[in-house]
Amino acid sequence: MPVFDLSHTPLRDLNSALHNLGAGSNDTLFEVVNPRGHHAVAVGIDAPVTVEVKGSVGYYCAGMNDGGTVTIHGSAGPGVAENMMSGTVFIEGDASQYAGATGRGGLLVIKGNAASRCGISMKGIDIVVRGSIGHMSAFMGQSGHLVVCGDAGEALGDSLYEAKLFVRGTVKSLGADCIEKPMKPKHLAKLAELLAKAGITDVKPEEFRRYGSARKLYNFNIDNADAY
Amino acid sequence: MCGIVGLFLKDKALEPRLGSLLSDMLITMTDRGPDSAGIAIYGETSDGKAKVTVQSAAPGADFLDLAEDLAKAGLTAELAVKSTHAVILIDQSDLANIRSVLTVVRPNVRIMGSGESVEIFKEVGLPKDVVQRFSVRAMGGTHGIGHTRMATESAVTTLGAHPFSTGADQCLVHNGSLSNHNNLRRELIREGMSFETQNDSEVAAAYLTAEMAKGKDLGQALTGALDDLDGFFTFVVGTKTGFGVVRDPIACKPAVMAETEQYVAFGSEYRALVNLPGIETARVWEPEPATVYFWDHEKTA
Repeated sequence: MPVFDLSHTPLRDLNSALHNLGAGSNDTLFEVVNPRGHHAVAVGIDAPVTVEVKGSVGYYCAGMNDGGTVTIHGSAGPGVAENMMSGTVFIEGDASQYAGATGRGGLLVIKGNAASRCGISMKGIDIVVRGSIGHMSAFMGQSGHLVVCGDAGEALGDSLYEAKLFVRGTVKSLGADCIEKPMKPKHLAKLAELLAKAGITDVKPEEFRRYGSARKLYNFNIDNADAY
Repeated sequence: MCGIVGLFLKDKALEPRLGSLLSDMLITMTDRGPDSAGIAIYGETSDGKAKVTVQSAAPGADFLDLAEDLAKAGLTAELAVKSTHAVILIDQSDLANIRSVLTVVRPNVRIMGSGESVEIFKEVGLPKDVVQRFSVRAMGGTHGIGHTRMATESAVTTLGAHPFSTGADQCLVHNGSLSNHNNLRRELIREGMSFETQNDSEVAAAYLTAEMAKGKDLGQALTGALDDLDGFFTFVVGTKTGFGVVRDPIACKPAVMAETEQYVAFGSEYRALVNLPGIETARVWEPEPATVYFWDHEKTA
């Protein structure tokens, strides 16, 4: 198992090694120690490799991940798992702003809390947060699921498209065009699937409420101008 | 972009290391702002004495005989010169006069800050050079703040560097940009405040000074800033015994805080905090938007 100690190994060496993994490579598990808040740790993975990061990271960790499994045994700075295509990113601690932004696929699991703009412009990613999320989360969310076991901050789902939002706790306020919607059996089934994938066993799908788009802002209509 | 750091010590045993810890934090934030750097340190006080930190573009000429010239003007002063800055130690009662005396005896000297305990050092250049130039590592103290600047709102000059100090023992560092600073500056000038730069952050500092002059404590002044200042900001501020943090309601400028039994620390990024003692077990969190965080030695003592 390759181990990269970022206290003396350049970050570029780690990312190059991850980018150079060919099909059928024998290196399937990487360990990163002493990340010390470094930026851009393990970005651009496009192989089914597992990366264990032992500590807290800075900006853009695991960005553009396509097929990798990255676990951060600490907290993550802004933009973690930004634009993920597929694969899984687990964060044991908290995540800063815009976690999972613009993600097109894959699963992001945050065991702690996420700050503002979690899942902003999400485009197919599934995000499960064990704790709470900050303001303006899922802003312009286009598709995918955001599951929040705790509370949501102000303006949840502002200008939302078709991303589906599930919140177990309180929602401080809903953003423009975001409304509560009925929880149907298919939603409960999807929630159960996502919670199971995230390894969360102590909360039930029935405890959540569902939020989605009222679909009034899709196309500009002068009658809706006040809602913007 | 700018990088901000701050460290408020609760444990006296760490006080001799304040300058060294802050220097490491500041240097780590170099790539957030390589234009200029500055640091304010709240150090030792001596009874009845006040400190005035001054800066000169020609320190050799301006600081030579400065103590004697101040004496001729009736002010007893001791001078400690550090590179382009000098800390003038005077009687507390002379603090009100020294500004006008300096404009006569040394018109080219600029006042960086004054008060019972604060010393402020700031210059253009990389943080590692700035901290070395002023021997910041050797400084002890109770709390301090620092800033690495990426200039956006005004020129890259020594006066445009942070921290900004507009009142005795008060100073502020800012990451962000204000949108109503010109209007607010006019209002503050009407209230009697004076300004040295066109910098938006100086307006924020002056606003807090003016509010505290009306009897508010730092926490109350910071709460008022949320209503009266428009734009993006993360502020870290110091007073003689206090340390405060506030972010605007949008809170897009980054901020991380850590607290242990020994200290409260602030950094624009977690990287800035990784060398602090006991950081592995510290409570680390991101300050909430539109929320004032405030610690005071006199209140916790």
